[in-house]
Amino acid sequence: MTRPSALPPLPRPYQDTAAYWEAAREHRFIIQKCRDCGEYQFYPRGVCSHCLGSALDWEEASGRAEVYSFSVNYRAPHPGFAEATPFVLALVTLAEGPRMMTNIVDCDPESVRIGMAVTVTFDDVTEEVTLPKFRPA
Amino acid sequence: MANAMRDVAIVGVAESDLGVVPDKSKFQLSAEASRAALDDAGLSVKDVDGLFTTIITEGGQFSSMMMAEYMGITPRYTDSTSLGGSSFVVYVEHAAMAIAAGLCDVALICHGSTNISDRGGKGGPVSQSTEVFGPTQFEEPYGVSTVGSYALAAQRHMHEYGTTSEQLAEIAVATRKWAAMNPKARMRDPISIDDVMNSRVIASPLHLLDCCLVTDAGGAVVLTSLERARDLKKAPVRVLGAGEAHTHRMISQMPDLTQTAAAISGKLAFERAGLTHSDIDVAEIYDSFTITVLLTLESLGFCAKGEGGAFVSNQRTAPGGEFPMNTQGGALSYTHPGMFGIFTVIEGVRQVRGECGPRQVPDARVALCNGTGGVLSSTGTIILGRD
Repeated sequence: MTRPSALPPLPRPYQDTAAYWEAAREHRFIIQKCRDCGEYQFYPRGVCSHCLGSALDWEEASGRAEVYSFSVNYRAPHPGFAEATPFVLALVTLAEGPRMMTNIVDCDPESVRIGMAVTVTFDDVTEEVTLPKFRPA
Repeated sequence: MANAMRDVAIVGVAESDLGVVPDKSKFQLSAEASRAALDDAGLSVKDVDGLFTTIITEGGQFSSMMMAEYMGITPRYTDSTSLGGSSFVVYVEHAAMAIAAGLCDVALICHGSTNISDRGGKGGPVSQSTEVFGPTQFEEPYGVSTVGSYALAAQRHMHEYGTTSEQLAEIAVATRKWAAMNPKARMRDPISIDDVMNSRVIASPLHLLDCCLVTDAGGAVVLTSLERARDLKKAPVRVLGAGEAHTHRMISQMPDLTQTAAAISGKLAFERAGLTHSDIDVAEIYDSFTITVLLTLESLGFCAKGEGGAFVSNQRTAPGGEFPMNTQGGALSYTHPGMFGIFTVIEGVRQVRGECGPRQVPDARVALCNGTGGVLSSTGTIILGRD
């Protein structure tokens, strides 16, 4: 797959997030669940944002989600998006509960609707970085 | 509960040069606005012993130390709370409490930004980062932007409540009518709802004319005790009530895309002021985007949740309308240097003083100012009144 010369800003993994990005590289979508209070959270943190506990487990997520909101962006916010514009910026609610930002891909941007069922797909942006994105289910 | 901030007053307000000011730094704009606000109060920089400022762009590290040094101030109370555009409204609360507690006597709130000159005089994005550290790495790689974030909220509000683009356009059109009466406003030519609807879509459902301007600007506000204020140049404008809150940093973490922290900060401000919505004569609501205003009006309780679209219809917020709002022309038409909060305070004070000329709201005695910062993340609400 050819890539535009300018890349979007890419994540620099750190203590909280290294496992997530490593899994994404392997096309696995994992999220954190708190052993103390039982809540899921997204994005990954070093503590639970519901109870401040540190007993967090990684779980393979279902990859199923619903579009909570979206916006078709007609202006690239960064040179790395120039060739992908217009693109769909979206918030999806994961089947497990948490909400995350993503792009809705593999469809006509104008066809995206709130409430639409979507499923995870993996965009290998570089050899090192894979971004979980979502496409119509 | 005793409300100590009632014994504090705003005594000076001013803007710097506004618009495109390529020959002045953001530091100079902040300092020149400060000088003008102190002049407005009849005070000198030597009187200032409390400083409240933040710069979030290049050169802004250690903002209050840097600006104090730049202006030759040695504060004994200092605050660089960084909440984005709401910061300067929140500072009014912080300054009022610091003065009421005797921690400082004369508080200076100041802001300067070269937001348009930094982009070579043109609008458009400045983001050039290639690698993202910290939690924003879960948003930036997907192309998040300020307008994109607010667009997500607008889309959700439309979905839940049937709000329309025409209703959002009502806000832009009404605000432009106020700007036409402000010689300092950057955009003064009338616009119609069709003009807004036909302007290009930046991030659906937001059009170009749903978005604020990008300008250079500085602003400053001076506060002191009511007792001292009564001996100064202008009639004191009292801080009757204030509140602050924030609910998230990133838009993906916003608990409810259709309600802002103004539901908290506004409630606190009204309670502390002992006033109700019908007491407000004029409202200055940070209008980064038309949707910001609609969500804020609902969150503040001027109308029920979901009814913001109907509330702003029929040019209700325009000159001569039932609900005078953003009377200087707002961030949509007057000026917007990236963080607009201080300009809501400046105009609120001028309205209460009765010095707004053609755009003066008749007998405006009580003004509400609301700043929003981040991506609908933080709010500061203040209620100002005559002595």
